[in-house]
Amino acid sequence: MPMRKMLALFAFAFAGPVLAFPVLADTPHLGKAVSASDVAKWDIDIQADGTFLPPGEGTAAQGAPIYVAKCAACHGDGGRGTEQAKSGKPAPPILVSDAKLKGMDASHTTIANYWPYAPPLFGYIRAAMPWNEPRSLSDHEVYALTAYILAENKLIDPKLVLNAKSLTKVQMPNRNGFLPRFPDLMPH
Amino acid sequence: MGRRGDLSGEKDDRQDIEEIAGNGLLHRRALLRTGLTAGVLGATLGPHATGAAAEPLSEPPWGLTVGEDTPPYQGPSKFSKNIVRSLANPKFEPRSSLARTPHHMLEGSLTPNGLHFTINHTGIPDIDPAAHRFVIHGLVKRPQVFTLDALLRYPLTSRPAFVECGGNSAPLFSPIPIQDNVQALHGLASCAEWTGVKLSILLDECGIDPRAKWFIAEGADGPHLMRSIPLAKGLDDAMIALYQNGEPLMPGNGFPMRLVLPGYEGNMNVKFLRRIKLVPGPAMSFWESQVYTEPMPPGKSSGGKSYNFNFLNEVKSYITRPSHGHVLKEPGVYEISGIAYSGKGKIAKVMVSADGGRSWAEAALQGPVQTKAFTRFRLPWRWNGGPAILQSRAWDDTGAFQPTRSEFVAARGQLDSEPPVTAFRNHHCNVITSWAVSGRGKVTHAYA
Repeated sequence: MPMRKMLALFAFAFAGPVLAFPVLADTPHLGKAVSASDVAKWDIDIQADGTFLPPGEGTAAQGAPIYVAKCAACHGDGGRGTEQAKSGKPAPPILVSDAKLKGMDASHTTIANYWPYAPPLFGYIRAAMPWNEPRSLSDHEVYALTAYILAENKLIDPKLVLNAKSLTKVQMPNRNGFLPRFPDLMPH
Repeated sequence: MGRRGDLSGEKDDRQDIEEIAGNGLLHRRALLRTGLTAGVLGATLGPHATGAAAEPLSEPPWGLTVGEDTPPYQGPSKFSKNIVRSLANPKFEPRSSLARTPHHMLEGSLTPNGLHFTINHTGIPDIDPAAHRFVIHGLVKRPQVFTLDALLRYPLTSRPAFVECGGNSAPLFSPIPIQDNVQALHGLASCAEWTGVKLSILLDECGIDPRAKWFIAEGADGPHLMRSIPLAKGLDDAMIALYQNGEPLMPGNGFPMRLVLPGYEGNMNVKFLRRIKLVPGPAMSFWESQVYTEPMPPGKSSGGKSYNFNFLNEVKSYITRPSHGHVLKEPGVYEISGIAYSGKGKIAKVMVSADGGRSWAEAALQGPVQTKAFTRFRLPWRWNGGPAILQSRAWDDTGAFQPTRSEFVAARGQLDSEPPVTAFRNHHCNVITSWAVSGRGKVTHAYA
């Protein structure tokens, strides 16, 4: 341990009751403290198990008109892809498909046959979509679009009210279809 | 080398330099010997070694007049204007845009900034560096926000690191060799010297909650791309990079700041970095649930499952010169030159073959050989004017080495049909690349 750091820790040991945390003098400490509410607008990641899903709800019926207005131009009618996507050319992905996984060809992977968890679908739409207007949807609209895509894929009851609790319970068919490529590098 | 891809050899008057592997491979120091060996080689490397008699020299026009004004920021010579990246979405349709590095026209071990490969999923953001903020929060004791000015006051470190898209080399999953050049096949990899702040310093200042096992890194651009990264990598060699080859990051490479995770697949090196959140588990984001995973054919090591968390770019090499599209003008001596790298460590050895893998010679490695960075390898070769198949095979310092085509296909499989060359779908292909040289000197992509 560098001497300066040792001295700083030593000082802390005696000043402990006064300071809330050890002051390590050997790095600049130029960040500014932020609270959870400061970060709230940016705090948009979702854990695979649904942790961090926000309040709000939506249904497939509510999602359908939003899909038509904001998504269909790139992802095709009903999420079935544009002609370009269907012909296998580079294009925004097909969202709704009953294709089966076919060996190693990754062009056959879909939300329905491949994604192991459902909450990341909400996470991706909220973070990145629509392509030309990201972060423009309300959480209610994101729940509604998520419900629409899941329902069109027959992964949920079309009448389901999707919210943090119900989205977490959606079972994806390929939940157990993966192995980590480098197990030694995975956190334990 | 000629800019149209012509390679001029030297007259074939070196027949007494002994081959050390089949089809004309020479010792890696054969053309560098001086002093004690000069007497042996003097006859062949003397005044006649450069071919036909020279013409009398005359004064060229550029030396007889005033040149151009000196620009504040210089670009390449007009004679280098074809040394550019190739674009996979030139009309900027609403999808990802890719630009590939022209390895076949470059040398050395660092990629010029304007030619560094880039993939942008929603265009290149126009980020005002003074207004950019970077926050660390989640399972930390003291969540904090940093400005670029603040980070510039931290201890900076510089290191070379390659960045390689997980989908680089994907055309080699094709069942037939796609007839395209090293830029199309392997152009989604580049290497720069990155300068920035070690992430471990900032994490230390924020105080890590022991429940944190991963962190989510998020970009400030339209996709707000998120990747889940083991915290151990963040505490090891992860860097918040601010400079690329000595100047601020290029806009397409993450300006004003990006995450650099040496050796880990490109997509995890989140550009336009604005947020790191320490978390107990991974997000399984779109990028981790679908794009950067590896569906496997039945009967392989995964037992029918697909691989995810495909962090590492494993050891790889490819010859960049001569390579597909080049033409050897005449028999004689050429230098074989290429790039090798490994996400696990340093390149230990590169072997080169000119006879499709039947015999091999060890290439010279250009030092200093650095961990998780491009290493340039070179080897002299005397082309006898007949057919040849050039290959390189690299080893890293963990002992890992590149598979042959048959080994790779046995372990990983290959596609049933030829995929579009620009649309990578399968990932992490590090098979040996082969270039066939025809009797007329034409170089093409081959499988061997």
